[in-house]
Amino acid sequence: MGEFNTNFILGCSAIGAGLAVIAGIGPGVGQGIAAGHAAAAVGRNPGAKSDITSTMLLGQAVAETTGLYGLLIAMLLLFVKPLLP
Amino acid sequence: MGQGVLLTAGADIDFMIHGVFSYELFGQTLWITTTHICVLIVLLIITGFCIAANRVIKRASDVPGTFQNIVELVVEMLDNMIGGVMGKFSPQFRNYIGTIFIFILVSNISGLFGLRAPTADYGVTLALGLITFTLIHFNKFRYKKAKGVLAELCDPWPFWAPINIIGYIAVPVSLSLRLFANVLSGTVMMALIYGLLAKFAIVWPAALHVYFDLFSGAIQTYVFCMLTMTYIADACTTE
Repeated sequence: MGEFNTNFILGCSAIGAGLAVIAGIGPGVGQGIAAGHAAAAVGRNPGAKSDITSTMLLGQAVAETTGLYGLLIAMLLLFVKPLLP
Repeated sequence: MGQGVLLTAGADIDFMIHGVFSYELFGQTLWITTTHICVLIVLLIITGFCIAANRVIKRASDVPGTFQNIVELVVEMLDNMIGGVMGKFSPQFRNYIGTIFIFILVSNISGLFGLRAPTADYGVTLALGLITFTLIHFNKFRYKKAKGVLAELCDPWPFWAPINIIGYIAVPVSLSLRLFANVLSGTVMMALIYGLLAKFAIVWPAALHVYFDLFSGAIQTYVFCMLTMTYIADACTTE
């Protein structure tokens, strides 16, 4: 295992980690849609604001999961370095 | 230069789990890590709170003092939350859900007090997810009997069973990974800020602590308990 190979794998892992974090786009769009609809709902029915807020936060926290999977992959590539033999 | 890019940028960044001391058991080397110690500290804090609460409630007065008020508030809030989701099944699961709620909440917030949050270790959250998994399937067998479980396994068609089994296994995995990744991301962000921006991190990281530790931790606690309750209530309900 030469030094070049090690550094090559580390560099590719860093690129892969960067690509994995692109998964954050999806939850961003999804949470934005949820927040937009919640704002519209509060506009229609201001009395139900607390219910709407808690439902929105619950849904957003669940929608966040896919983005966090991307984050986990990036963390694994950067710190656990599974590709190094 | 054998280290990752981030770790060479600043030597002070530290959010990993460290081993404290190791011991041998049946030929295996096992480690007592910082996670164990943080869990122990969290448990001691909760136990202290429980002993104080017990003492106050035993001599409860009609006009509650400050501490009795807090205890009653916590119990009432948990009861309302569990009763709202689980309905008639809530009395049996009140203890378990209340316990994991308080444990996860204190664990998540413990990042604020300089501990490494125990829930930022996959070992802790996987254990919580597996308890939920066991409870779901135990109650499924208890309420729906073997026949109902089999009917649910072969829900649309019998050959669909493997996909249903994958769906069952995905429940604890996604539950535990969600909690773990959220708390870990907070831990990593705070470590990066204190490590890379050490010269500028004077007062404003407090605002980030409020978001990453308090807000995110509380929301994820709520989500974990909510989903656990929904799954268990779903497993108990018979048509």
